[in-house]
Amino acid sequence: MAYDPIHQFQIQKLIPIEVGGVDFSFTNASLFMVLTVAGASAFLILSTRGRGLVPSRWQSAAELTYEFIAQTLRESTGSDGMRFFPFVFSLFMFILVANLWGMFPYFFTVTSHIVITGAMAVMVILMVVGFGLWRHKFGFFQLFVPRGVPVVILPFIVVIEILSFLSRPLSLSIRLFANMLAGHITLKVFAGFVTALASLGAIGVLGAILPLFATVALTALEFLVAALQAYVFAILTSLYLNDALHPSH
Amino acid sequence: MDDRNAKPGPSVDRDDRELAERLHALERELDKGRAARDTEASRDAAPARPGMALGFRLAADFVAGVVLGAALGWGLDRLLGTSPWGLVVFLLLGFAAGILNAMRSAGLLKPGPPGPDDRPG
Repeated sequence: MAYDPIHQFQIQKLIPIEVGGVDFSFTNASLFMVLTVAGASAFLILSTRGRGLVPSRWQSAAELTYEFIAQTLRESTGSDGMRFFPFVFSLFMFILVANLWGMFPYFFTVTSHIVITGAMAVMVILMVVGFGLWRHKFGFFQLFVPRGVPVVILPFIVVIEILSFLSRPLSLSIRLFANMLAGHITLKVFAGFVTALASLGAIGVLGAILPLFATVALTALEFLVAALQAYVFAILTSLYLNDALHPSH
Repeated sequence: MDDRNAKPGPSVDRDDRELAERLHALERELDKGRAARDTEASRDAAPARPGMALGFRLAADFVAGVVLGAALGWGLDRLLGTSPWGLVVFLLLGFAAGILNAMRSAGLLKPGPPGPDDRPG
């Protein structure tokens, strides 16, 4: 159905593949993930091919993205955290490019699926826990014991802190997925109003003007959200990584 | 633009030495910059964000705590057969964790351990 706002999120098998009873089909989600990686790689490789001392426009765009993420990471974790730069930058580029691909009409938005955002969030939290344990051994658990808390309520606080820590991948994934899902549904619903109203005749066409403007405005907003959510994911990742680097504050 | 390429020719040796010296000078400058950057006080400046993004963020932080608490409690009940106590206790704890998350996101809890949105100090 044309006006079904959920239809755009359906997974379709493009090339059915089955190995040992497990479904490995190449779906539209896979296709757009491949496109995302290809897009991000093409942007960075092609734009830095010239390597001019005076950068071209494309090169300067690539340098700006690099500097932006490097600065974000450095501000939240210090120079020590720069070892995570490839990780954070890849996450940022993947989310940004996936979001932007999703802005094309009829395209599939990879980041509107919680499986994908969840996988990225779990990856982040595993890295935090893994690196934290490797670097600080048992000292990593200081993270859950705030200072200056009376001994009587300390067990409660520790449990709450642990729950709060465990809820991070959840909120990280929910935030990105909910933003993309809600934005795309809203856009589709408003755009659906335009066609539905316009098919009603002269008065309908007049009435369709308002949702048309709303659609245009929402499209602009969606571009903002696309970039913003990639940034939010990157900055939260670097803040969590900072916990792994410096658990005792 | 003169430092773009070292010119080939008989003066390569001298150029190499000059280049090395310049590299060292640059290294020192960069080190100074790095040191300054690490002690920068501008870390507390929160980036400006539109209200809707902040709202989404607080909501996600809070909901995540509650959902995680409920899921953990339910799972424990299933495993240990303590229904409904695990759900009751962990839902409440999850609620507390959600509030903690949201307050940290909003920057209302500056001192204390770093949370989802705390800037290191």
